Amino acid sequence: MTGIPLVALVGNPNAGKSALFNALTGARQKVGNYPGVTVERHSGRLALDDGRPIELVDLPGTYSLDPSSPDEEVTRDVVLGAQAGERRPDAIVVVADATNLDNHLRFALQLRQLGLPMVLALNMVDMAARDGLTIDVAALAGELGLPVIETVAVRKRGLDALRTALSETLRTHAIPAVPTGEVDPDIRHFQREARRIARAATVDEPRARQVTASLDRFALHPVLGPIILLTLLFVMFQAVFSWSEAPIGWIEGAQGWLADTATAMLPAGFLRDLLVQGVINGVGSVVVFLPQIVILFLFILVLEASGYMVRAAMLMDRLMAGVGLSGRAFIPLLSSFACAIPGIMATRSIQDPRERLTTILVAPLMTCSARLPVYAVVIGAFIPARRVMWGVGLQGLVLLALYVAGIVSAMIASVLIRRTVTRGVGGGFLLEMPRYQWPAVRDIAIGLWQRAYVFLRRAGTIILGVTVVLWVLTSYPVAPAGVKQSEYSVAGRIASGLEVVLKPIGFNHEMSLAVIPAMAAREVAVSALQTVYAIDAADEDQGAQELGGKLASRWSLATALAFLAWFVFAPQCLSTIAVVRRETNGWKWPAFMIGYLFALAYVAAGATYWIAVWAGLG
Amino acid sequence: MTMASPIPVPMPLAALARRARATVAAIDWHMLTPAEVRRLREFGLDEGVEIEMLQRAGVGGGPLACRIGRMAITFRSHIARAIHVTL
Repeated sequence: MTGIPLVALVGNPNAGKSALFNALTGARQKVGNYPGVTVERHSGRLALDDGRPIELVDLPGTYSLDPSSPDEEVTRDVVLGAQAGERRPDAIVVVADATNLDNHLRFALQLRQLGLPMVLALNMVDMAARDGLTIDVAALAGELGLPVIETVAVRKRGLDALRTALSETLRTHAIPAVPTGEVDPDIRHFQREARRIARAATVDEPRARQVTASLDRFALHPVLGPIILLTLLFVMFQAVFSWSEAPIGWIEGAQGWLADTATAMLPAGFLRDLLVQGVINGVGSVVVFLPQIVILFLFILVLEASGYMVRAAMLMDRLMAGVGLSGRAFIPLLSSFACAIPGIMATRSIQDPRERLTTILVAPLMTCSARLPVYAVVIGAFIPARRVMWGVGLQGLVLLALYVAGIVSAMIASVLIRRTVTRGVGGGFLLEMPRYQWPAVRDIAIGLWQRAYVFLRRAGTIILGVTVVLWVLTSYPVAPAGVKQSEYSVAGRIASGLEVVLKPIGFNHEMSLAVIPAMAAREVAVSALQTVYAIDAADEDQGAQELGGKLASRWSLATALAFLAWFVFAPQCLSTIAVVRRETNGWKWPAFMIGYLFALAYVAAGATYWIAVWAGLG
Repeated sequence: MTMASPIPVPMPLAALARRARATVAAIDWHMLTPAEVRRLREFGLDEGVEIEMLQRAGVGGGPLACRIGRMAITFRSHIARAIHVTL
């Protein structure tokens, strides 16, 4: 056999599988994708007792080998040796929750039929002990005919014993040459057998301690429940803005220092302008949103790991059913406030294909954090910082209105889409409610790091590339004296073509220019306007003025409002479109999404402009 | 049709009081979609198992929550109508 042994980590959702994976592999993980499907592959290496390395792969949690989602399909195909891009595992570690043995053993019994070398990690034994459950591990191992190792993944307990058992199993068990393949799909007899074994191995079972039940009395209370949920969401959005202020300041400070240093060290000319204006300031204007994205994901990861997210989904199910979706769509849509890309990826947990597609199609309407820089600059320049009533400012009110406009239009779009293109009965709402638990710091930290890395990689590649290209296109060819650079350059000429279409909705030449690179990432609209006005500044001697001031002196209020309305709807992000293509396996749905969102953006911006002009704000 | 008998009469799950426990007497599997049947079986729902009402359907018909074995699950009320229990 070539290569190092591959061991698959398999188990029910909520068995603590990922925590065990994190504890065994630490941060040395590789995140990739299985070819042809949109399921992430998490793998890592670890050394067994005898020093032999193995590759551990964390498979998506599933309740049986009868899949009902693409994730669960991957798990089945990997353990059957039928997954493209993956070897057949040499052994399986099945993770079972000691507090819910009769359910988790059922899957272990089904997996046992595969005939692969197998070890059972009896996880969360501390929780079981706290519940008063005493499990006779030797009896359990005897009944199952498998090595059983007690673990507490979040406390790194039992890991050495697990490694020892694994190396023993790998050494002594012959791996069957052909997959047995014959797995009984009717799980009822496994369930009965699991119940029998669980009963035989459980020595003492008093009534479970009711921590989760007592918390749920508040969390799911018909009146208190929604109030708690709204409060949490309010705190979350407040934190996104208030906690991020300081780190944003540090990033801006570092960006300024880099720009100054580069300016001082390099001779004036093309290279310096490209590096300072294109690279440092262009990429910096995007990286500055990292703190907000990290804070939003911190909340989402903690809510998910603590077990609250399912409760939130339950509370929202009634409302979501009203627009043709289910409580399951709540989590992806909430994530879309950070960024539509993880939101769209989170729709994989929605089993019904019509509901999933609808959620994907409306997710870009949730106000992602990339729109914030655009909103912030335009609101700052045009909306007076006036107080409307006690504690409520006009600027904040406009920002809130933009968020609400996104949510309301997502709901309307969802109703319309569910009645037309995704017409049909929904998939319902049927979920396990995990026990409440304190999230492990390590698991949250690893999750945050992976998301921050994806964002920074995007900033370092797509956004960097677009910013540099735009900078070159707006700088060349150099305009003769008396002609505006932003009109004479290549980008300017493209924008002039687009302006014909955008003029009726109140857009000027610079705005037409800014919406093109904003396709790469919405926030580039800000750096694009910055670039355009910076390049023209030489002619007009206004270079020192900050962007907000420049906008205020050149745009009418009606134009500014139209620009805001455009950004509520416009599908201004190629990465989102690419993810939709990947998740829906073709160009049909991304094309539909681009079409309906651009149409909405055009109509909304036009209506806003003309109403504002009619009201005398033009 | 039958008069009061010593054999407990099944009642719909939805009628179970909060925190009350009962035994699943019958499930109208044909009233559920294949996906719902599969998932409910994966959650361990079967005739003869103990079920506890954790949270009754919310105002306006939101989902309810039950415990089966040692597992808590949540589902919409149409599923509860397919499950009959005896105290």
